[in-house]
Amino acid sequence: MLRKSIFFLPILTFFVVGGYFYWGLDPNRNPASIPSVMIDKDVPVFDLPRLEGSGVVGFGSDDLRQGTVTLVNAFSSWCLPCLAEHPVLTELAKRNGIRLYGINYKDKPEDAAAWLREHGNPYARIGADTSGRVAIDWGVYGVPETYVVDGNGRIRYRHIGPLDLAAMNEIILPLISELKP
Amino acid sequence: MKQPGLNRTGRHSIGKFAAGMSTALALFLFSAVPSIILFSAVPSLAVNPDEVLPDPVLESRARAISSEVRCLVCQNESIDSSNAELAKDLRLIVRERLVAGDSDQQVFDYLVARYGDFVLLRPPVRPETYVLWFGPAVVFVLGVIAVGFYFTRQKRRFAADTPLPLSVGERQRLEQLLADAPQDEMTQRPSSSSDQATGRTGTGKPKS
Repeated sequence: MLRKSIFFLPILTFFVVGGYFYWGLDPNRNPASIPSVMIDKDVPVFDLPRLEGSGVVGFGSDDLRQGTVTLVNAFSSWCLPCLAEHPVLTELAKRNGIRLYGINYKDKPEDAAAWLREHGNPYARIGADTSGRVAIDWGVYGVPETYVVDGNGRIRYRHIGPLDLAAMNEIILPLISELKP
Repeated sequence: MKQPGLNRTGRHSIGKFAAGMSTALALFLFSAVPSIILFSAVPSLAVNPDEVLPDPVLESRARAISSEVRCLVCQNESIDSSNAELAKDLRLIVRERLVAGDSDQQVFDYLVARYGDFVLLRPPVRPETYVLWFGPAVVFVLGVIAVGFYFTRQKRRFAADTPLPLSVGERQRLEQLLADAPQDEMTQRPSSSSDQATGRTGTGKPKS
């Protein structure tokens, strides 16, 4: 019996190895996406100055605890995927009751201001994070990244990379309506 | 060393020369090659001179920590060897924390609080990572047990296959047959009668 069962070993090996390959080659798996440890934690303590030339004020952790759900988006003028998600953010910001704040990550203020003038500014507030330190406190490891912060200043979701319509409709919008008081 | 083969004790000096050469070669292989590999890695490091701390003790601690921290942009590199902008920022943060008086563990905790265990190139030993840490050893032990089991079984089967020694009656019959057989018949016996003569009926092995 035991001797016969050894003949199933190659089949078993095939399925184990094949299972790993299936997981590894899954086109929907993004190996660059790292789970955030900040989920369900309070936003880090920070206070970012306004971005010169943007026409909007800066913000800090206290501004995210006002009872309103806020989308916090880290972006840069030098980041091409940020431009790709820009229309989606513009669309989101137009919706009623959605607050969109921006963290301008490691950018020159004049470049960022020019970028916003050219493409439009969807952000209600923008904090200038020239050193990138505040973004590191958030756990940002590349731009763009988008966080959903609930009314108590707690991070509820993080999106890595550019937001697309699918992510907006299937994840962000349902979550926002769920978190709304 | 003398040129080989130029004097009368040429053979001897060739031998010495060869021995010297092989010693030199061995020394080269055991010392020079690893050090070439080690030191050739140095210029590719990403740490810029302006990042280096004036205190050599702190700097060496910073280097040791940095080599254990994953760069989140180029994920199989440490921040010590990555040229990514974020890696540079994290290197600076590591040094700032050390200057502020943090222990090595506090620096790691600072980074883990922001980026999770993923930022550590050496995963921590925890119940969730037991499979990762001890899995290979368990598989190895299981393999050793399986191989040992296989060999003991094979030995036992080999012992079972060894025929029983001939009984006294059988031995006498065999001697009689060997004595009776003519010499030429021993060498050129037709196969059919050979089968008959060496038939397994008298070996004492139970028929299966």
